[in-house]
Amino acid sequence: MASFVCFFTFAKNRWMTISSEIKTLLGKEIRLELKQKYVLNGILLYLVSTIFVTYLAFEDVVDVQTWNSLFWIILLFVAVNGISKSFIQESPARHLYYYTIASPQAVLLSKVIYNLILMLILSSLAFVFFLLLMGNRVVNLPLFLLALVLGSFGLSSILTMVAAIASRASHNFSLMAILSFPIVLPLLGVLMKVSASAMTDSQWSGNQGFIVILFTINIAVILLAYLLFPYLWRD
Amino acid sequence: MKEVITKYWWKLLAGILLLYAIIEGFRVDLPPEIVEKIQQTIRNLFFHVGMWFAMFTMLITSFVYSLRYLRKFDPKEDIAAVEAVNVGVLFGFLGIFTGMIWANFTWGSPWTKDPKLNGAAIGLVIYLAYLILRGSIEDVHKRAKVSAVYNIFAFVLWIVFVLVMPRITSGGLHPANKGEANTVMPMNLTASLRVVFYPAMIGWILLATWILNLRIRIGKLKYFLEHEQ
Repeated sequence: MASFVCFFTFAKNRWMTISSEIKTLLGKEIRLELKQKYVLNGILLYLVSTIFVTYLAFEDVVDVQTWNSLFWIILLFVAVNGISKSFIQESPARHLYYYTIASPQAVLLSKVIYNLILMLILSSLAFVFFLLLMGNRVVNLPLFLLALVLGSFGLSSILTMVAAIASRASHNFSLMAILSFPIVLPLLGVLMKVSASAMTDSQWSGNQGFIVILFTINIAVILLAYLLFPYLWRD
Repeated sequence: MKEVITKYWWKLLAGILLLYAIIEGFRVDLPPEIVEKIQQTIRNLFFHVGMWFAMFTMLITSFVYSLRYLRKFDPKEDIAAVEAVNVGVLFGFLGIFTGMIWANFTWGSPWTKDPKLNGAAIGLVIYLAYLILRGSIEDVHKRAKVSAVYNIFAFVLWIVFVLVMPRITSGGLHPANKGEANTVMPMNLTASLRVVFYPAMIGWILLATWILNLRIRIGKLKYFLEHEQ
């Protein structure tokens, strides 16, 4: 009983320090981004241009499958581009500074949460542009939005971790793409299935299994990243 | 002679089991209900599935060695991890190749859209990316650490994809998907096939371990020559 209380207070104190660190780091990231708007503008432009290209290329969209695949492929590329900038842009000096002031888990979680916010914004904007240019094919809107949210969670956590791994190697951007695509494919497959059924069917019936998988993948990825990131952090 | 046998018994066993599996695999009588469905191609069972199990064993071994490397940072564990990935990728290619030959005869084309096949292909891409990652880092310790982290991360996600998802999402032609009567799993094989299948599987796994053993020894020698001069 005493050991349980000890563990509980330890966990609570650790959570207090980590959550305050996370809040500070997250605030720093958001403020930096709002000041410069470098990453956000670049990625927004990328998003709009790719959607516009598909709009021009596909004269008369189109069946549900094409809509679905185009949407998720574009979102995937946008995500890889946007999230890779989060780690790879930091200079080594700043990296060392963070190492001395914050715990690795706080750094990782703050980056994941920042990328999650970024992905939520990007995916909703992508959805809006797609509706505008490629027409509305979504029958079951809540299910599709759920897929968007879970997909943003998954993409941000997986890609943040892979960006952390790729940032330790030399040929950063191409390596990021090579490493991330095979790992992200399972998540993308499930997301495509769920959103395809959101476009053909207005019921939720067959999708519980997929949604459970999405949740499980998200939780597993965050746990793994939490445990493994400290090994990447020390140089 | 006795020392030779006690040290190398498992290598001899690998050779004997595989010879037996290859010879008997082509000789054994097939039960009639399988023959009418997929005919003689069921004999590929002794090769394709065995190689698949060998690949799995190698990749699990690599995963364990990566975990052990992160605990103690012993370079031998890192050598073992990368060599296990090498052997695993080799057997993965062999398994996919034999699977494609089999598919061509039974389903009409070498590749179909099926979760298990996708899982196998993605697994291969993941581990090839692992090898590329290793190639892009110069410093030995950093390379070992970063590739160990990637190995653990990618392996867990791959296992979810390859084992869990085909069970949950139905459809596809590959045996052992959800809801399908499973005629080719070991539990359901008739006795005559099981007699050849189990030794074949063990033989392939032992062969993979033998190759791994040799490669680890070569890797250790190379490391010793380069770093302990």
